[in-house]
Amino acid sequence: MDKVQIFEYIQSKSPVDILEGGVAKDCVFVRVSRDNLLNFMGFLKDNEDLAFDLISDVTAVDYYTDKTPRFDVVYHVFSLKNHERIRVKVAVDEGQEIASVTGLWRGAEWLEREVYDMFGIPFSGHPDMRRILMPEDYKYYPLRKDFPLEGIED
Amino acid sequence: MGIESNLGIVTTCLDKVVNWARKNSLWPMTFGLACCALEMMVTVSARHDIARFGAEVYRGSPRQADLLIVPGTLTKKMLPMVLRLYEQMPEPKWVIAYGACACTGGVFRTYSVVQGIDQYIPVDVYMAGCPPKPETLLTAILKLREKIDKESLRQRR
Repeated sequence: MDKVQIFEYIQSKSPVDILEGGVAKDCVFVRVSRDNLLNFMGFLKDNEDLAFDLISDVTAVDYYTDKTPRFDVVYHVFSLKNHERIRVKVAVDEGQEIASVTGLWRGAEWLEREVYDMFGIPFSGHPDMRRILMPEDYKYYPLRKDFPLEGIED
Repeated sequence: MGIESNLGIVTTCLDKVVNWARKNSLWPMTFGLACCALEMMVTVSARHDIARFGAEVYRGSPRQADLLIVPGTLTKKMLPMVLRLYEQMPEPKWVIAYGACACTGGVFRTYSVVQGIDQYIPVDVYMAGCPPKPETLLTAILKLREKIDKESLRQRR
């Protein structure tokens, strides 16, 4: 399947509502709600036609005051069968938890830890929710827009 | 220094002979943090030959070393390990801050980088450069030798 076919397939077969979606230059993108995330990701992975079996990246965007909810968590998943990638976005507000996808792709473990370390978004159901890059006693989340580049002196 | 050649005896002061021994056999610790470490390695190679100044015996253990060269960007996450290595080194010990990052944080004026190793451990010689050339390390070792020469057993620990 190519990008357009994948998007149409997802639109027709998806078990959850697609809030937003389309075919971007590089890959298909869709937005789902926070509650439906695990359900949708399970569909992407386990559906035999789609077979999105490799997690490429988990990251986040901080819109600070521009948008509510404040954060978008962004997943990139690759399908070895179709040789196509999909981008899934989920909106999360400050302090809200989001379901971990480590049950589907074990490779998401460190990626989610990085998102937690940099943005302070906790993942529920994660096997080892600790900081990964900053020292363990560090109090701040450096990639948030309200964090100064030079850091905060204690 | 008086030489009583007919007796086969040399008289000198203890400081001088101890400093002479120390400055001629500095044992650096094998330790690198970033790109500066590669320049440090080149200094040991045949072209620059750090052995001319008695500092070629890089030791794998901090317990056998008396010179800590901090070569490169030091992150806050790495800092506890560097402090631990420094504390494991026996006295007397000296420290060279190798390059802009080790001296001041360099271009990395950010939340994750230590803004100069001298905020945590005493530094004897600072080396400017990004990264400094091997010749700079040789100069730093010569400067350190001058410094060791002026030390007294009474002053140092």
